[in-house]
Amino acid sequence: MVGLFYNYMVVRPAVPDQGTDRLFFALSDATRRDIVTQTLDRPRSVSDLGRMYPMSLTAVQKHVEVLVDAGLVSKHRSGREQLVHGEVDRLRRVHELLDELETVWRARLERFDDVLHETTRKGIQ
Amino acid sequence: MTVLTVDTNAEVMTMVITAEFTNSIADVWQLWADPRLLERWWGPPGFPATFERHDLTPGGTITYFMTGPDGGERFDGTWTVVEVDAPTRLVVEDAIVDDDGTPSDGNSMTRLEIDIHAVGGATRMVLTTHFDSLEGMEQAIAAGVADGMQACMSQMDALLSEDTA
Repeated sequence: MVGLFYNYMVVRPAVPDQGTDRLFFALSDATRRDIVTQTLDRPRSVSDLGRMYPMSLTAVQKHVEVLVDAGLVSKHRSGREQLVHGEVDRLRRVHELLDELETVWRARLERFDDVLHETTRKGIQ
Repeated sequence: MTVLTVDTNAEVMTMVITAEFTNSIADVWQLWADPRLLERWWGPPGFPATFERHDLTPGGTITYFMTGPDGGERFDGTWTVVEVDAPTRLVVEDAIVDDDGTPSDGNSMTRLEIDIHAVGGATRMVLTTHFDSLEGMEQAIAAGVADGMQACMSQMDALLSEDTA
């Protein structure tokens, strides 16, 4: 009961979705996905990130900007450094939704199986 | 039926479910290919689905709607058929639709791939769902949790009438 309400509560509130297309675009690139992963545990400077990938610093900066636009990372100035943080909440939200989706599909597959047994028994093919 | 594995990948917003059945490949396929059978399991209890169009050809359109018991709540779905290879493979894309059935943003899509194959004497169905947005995920969940809402409502009604009885 509580779980079901949880589903309802989580699904219904409108999520700020201006960024959904940008989110997909941001996650469609392997380097950008890696930047998110690398910055989830601890912030890294743009110049550190620049040394991690076989591309120019400018190219890495562009990737970071795409991720900032999508809300997947944020940038903060620390002295002379620009630090990049992975936005844990955003990814956590995706995890939550995937968990709920699993529940939905498990229930749906139970119904699928019920219908499968009924039709097979009746010989409706 | 046994759900063998559920693999989710948050970074690419993908979920892969593998289920195994003792029935034949043809039997399992029929539950997708026959709209009268499809509508018996797609919608949650209390929110039966009605498939209006079911054109199982590449580029074809599948449309359905689900209504709640009082007719007040309605959920519309539109799929575009991307690939069909009966009886083993079907790929559809699910457009996010508004109440009137039109895509709400025109480009937020969910992709569902269904692969059915034999393993030993059993039939395996692999469902791969890929989302390109949080909105798409929420829409997919909303289509499936109506049963949760409905079950809660019924139970609440029962509890309320007990209290006032």
